[in-house]
Amino acid sequence: MSTAPKQEANPELVARFPELHPPLTQVSALTEANRCLYCFDAPCTAACPTHIDVPRFIKKIAQGNLRGSALTILDANILGASCARVCPVDVLCEGACVMHRYNKQPIEIGLLQRHAMDAFLANGATIELESTETRQGRVACIGAGPASLAFAAELRRRGYGVTIFDSRPLPGGLNTYGVAEYKLRASDSLREIEMIRGMGVEFQFGERIEGEEQLNRLEKEFDYVFLGIGLGAMRELQIPGCEQAGVVDALKFIADYKTGGRLSVGKRVIVVGAGNTAIDAARAALRLGAEEVQMVYRRDEASISAFQFEYEYAKAEGVKFHWWTQPVAVLASEDGRKIRGIRCVRVESAANGELRNVAGSEWETACDMVIPAIGQSPLLEFLQACRGVKLENGRVAVDRATGQTSNAKYFAGGDCVNGGREVVDAVADGKRTAVSVVRFLEKKHG
Amino acid sequence: MVEKKTSPDISVLFAGKIHSPNPFWLASAPPTNCGEQVMRAFDAGWGGAVWKTLGEPITNVSSRYSSIDWNGQRMMGLNNIELITDRPLAVNLREISEVKKRYPRNTLIASLMVESKREAWHTIVQQAEDAGADGLELNFGCPHGMSERGMGSAVGQVPEYTEMITAWVKEKARTPVLVKLTPNISDIRVVARAAKRGGADGLSAINTINSITGIDLDTFVPRPNVDGRSSHGGYCGPAVKPIALNLVQQVQGDADANLPLSGIGGISDWRDAVEFLLLGCSNVQVCTAVMHYGYRIVDDMCDGLANWMREKGFGKISDFQGKSLERVQEWKHLNLNYKIVARIHEETCIGCELCYAACWDGAHQCIHLDRVGEGHSGNGRHATPAERENVSRQRIAMTPIPKLDHPLLRNGDAEPYATPLSRIPRVDEDECVGCNLCSLVCPVDGCITMERVDKNVAAESWEQRVANSANPARKCD
Repeated sequence: MSTAPKQEANPELVARFPELHPPLTQVSALTEANRCLYCFDAPCTAACPTHIDVPRFIKKIAQGNLRGSALTILDANILGASCARVCPVDVLCEGACVMHRYNKQPIEIGLLQRHAMDAFLANGATIELESTETRQGRVACIGAGPASLAFAAELRRRGYGVTIFDSRPLPGGLNTYGVAEYKLRASDSLREIEMIRGMGVEFQFGERIEGEEQLNRLEKEFDYVFLGIGLGAMRELQIPGCEQAGVVDALKFIADYKTGGRLSVGKRVIVVGAGNTAIDAARAALRLGAEEVQMVYRRDEASISAFQFEYEYAKAEGVKFHWWTQPVAVLASEDGRKIRGIRCVRVESAANGELRNVAGSEWETACDMVIPAIGQSPLLEFLQACRGVKLENGRVAVDRATGQTSNAKYFAGGDCVNGGREVVDAVADGKRTAVSVVRFLEKKHG
Repeated sequence: MVEKKTSPDISVLFAGKIHSPNPFWLASAPPTNCGEQVMRAFDAGWGGAVWKTLGEPITNVSSRYSSIDWNGQRMMGLNNIELITDRPLAVNLREISEVKKRYPRNTLIASLMVESKREAWHTIVQQAEDAGADGLELNFGCPHGMSERGMGSAVGQVPEYTEMITAWVKEKARTPVLVKLTPNISDIRVVARAAKRGGADGLSAINTINSITGIDLDTFVPRPNVDGRSSHGGYCGPAVKPIALNLVQQVQGDADANLPLSGIGGISDWRDAVEFLLLGCSNVQVCTAVMHYGYRIVDDMCDGLANWMREKGFGKISDFQGKSLERVQEWKHLNLNYKIVARIHEETCIGCELCYAACWDGAHQCIHLDRVGEGHSGNGRHATPAERENVSRQRIAMTPIPKLDHPLLRNGDAEPYATPLSRIPRVDEDECVGCNLCSLVCPVDGCITMERVDKNVAAESWEQRVANSANPARKCD
């Protein structure tokens, strides 16, 4: 049930998705590391949700202690390797770098972190636990994404047994299935998780925890349950024609090419939405061979939820944007077997802020694939099954400091709590929650 | 009337006899090993060269240099175990003669080292001068290899030998004689005085410093590795400049020792050279910088020097030679009432907090981060660096995502400077001892300045204070 998953990358995938930020060479890493000023109480560390001691790990690179550097990173962030690749460093550590006010060139913290982590993973990647004794007390995690992985690793470090349940065949959640391949290869995500498995974290794949009965069982077998379930499925495009085979939601589209071996795409692709996932999908479509990728978004450029740098990349790669545009129907070919285009309408913002269609502004464009990327909906059904776990705005309500939900047996972290942020935020939630769960376990079992 | 514009004159006259078009000579070392090299050096603009030490040809080992790198920069310091020339004396003499013929305006000094016999010294002096050398430099400084054979620093470490051999040389020499001093001695002035007593016309200082630069952590063999073994070498390069400046000042500040001095030790650019000249040197010699970058570096040495002189209004080198010498005094003459404090210029502070860490751990705990709240721990004392870091680590940080963030979280209070006020340190001027450390660690030029605050207090040195306190009449003041 929990055999080690395949970690080799698909060669065609590697060829089509060259890395956006190739690793530093040894020489450039040393040069860059030496540039770091070694700030005290460094702003980069403060900006990192997991508070990685950035100057410390950078100085260790400069001083030829790569293993020490990697362990410094892992001490704060067990997913240091994937975060080095996927973190939006411009708004986190590198955005906070004092070099912006010195010579305008922030330290390449993300790439340096990757340098240390790659060396560590290439050299066997073993984390020695301080104690091998297993303390009394067991915890279950639902969902094998970043929040649960960080939570579980932290508990193992402190000697407690953890089992992670996930309905999918591979661990990692969005790290494995949902992050654009040119940022993080599924194979790299799996390699990192092998390291966590090596710490003694147990995995149960293919097991969907959804019913009353399973919850009863977990509650009986485990002292506490951590909800790291992320957000639910992507919202559906509810317009005529949306049920056709050529309409594929962005997360499914990404998961299919990353782990499903589906390396085909339409010639003309429409992506609906302008968030980070929408941009990931659009850029993936180009790499998979789409000749034209257009994005439609119902508001203007300034309102997109994608990071500015993501948007700039997409533009530079040739993605076209249609602002103030809403799709109204997916059009089928005459024989009804495939998509032939999409009909859109111009919208405008009314005085009360609501959007309304502009009469007579409908237009059509040819396409053979539509990728809706209009946000994920919360896993409400499941959550309501967790008795007494209160929700707020569709997210699990927790005590920020402890991660505890309104049901004392349940804790939660990651996207299901924060509404969908970054991997590093999920790691921070998981780690913080683990520390508090340990206190509860100590109280319970002594 | 048109004022005639002239470039500053950077030529020098050493010991009243040796003319050189500029003060930059190549030191006796690998860059002056043969005539072909020296001629290329003169073509590049070097004013003079001290030929690689002449003597009985030796056999060198292979693997001869090792160095100290620092923070990614190569060769902060260079160490060598190479000996004097390994070429036949006749070849060197013939080439000296030829170079001098082709480059009559450049200075050519012959560095000499032979066994400590009067005849041997007389012979080599005669040979070098016959070849056309403008002067002689007695190598009493080489600290490795040759010293084991009773030459080099084995002579320079014993004042009596130094005086005796200098005197032998002076019996024969018609050109100026410079004695090159070793720094590997407790008081360099003692040997300098001996050289002066022996009749030397000038000195050159410093030769290299005994060193082991480092050890290979895989093989456990110190560098340079000669078939699994190493030997101490001579250290030079930028790292030794402060030591060289101090020794130069000691010699120049001593009436019984001072002579025209050719300054040596880590000189890499025109600024280094000016510093040696300000401490009274008549010219300078360079080696490591050339071994690192080639002869071409002399261009900016001449150019930078001339531009600086023009800016300062100096027409010739003697206008500023020795100008800083009187500024170096014994500690007891320093003004105890001079008081400066650090000022942090908020508008250029980048918020690295290196000054804060340095002041707390390496100085006097008078820089604080208390411009915004939370600067104090509960009991009114200042938070320690560890406490401060702890607060930061406990804070919950999130990736900023406009769509998800509450509007109140997005905009902090307006900040007066580019760096958040909470990260700009503050100096407690009452506690500040004016040590300079913060201004030294600050990466931004001019961000931390040291400013004088002792208004209307008469100067008083330690010597004066002791004298005054011994005087009962003054005590009652």
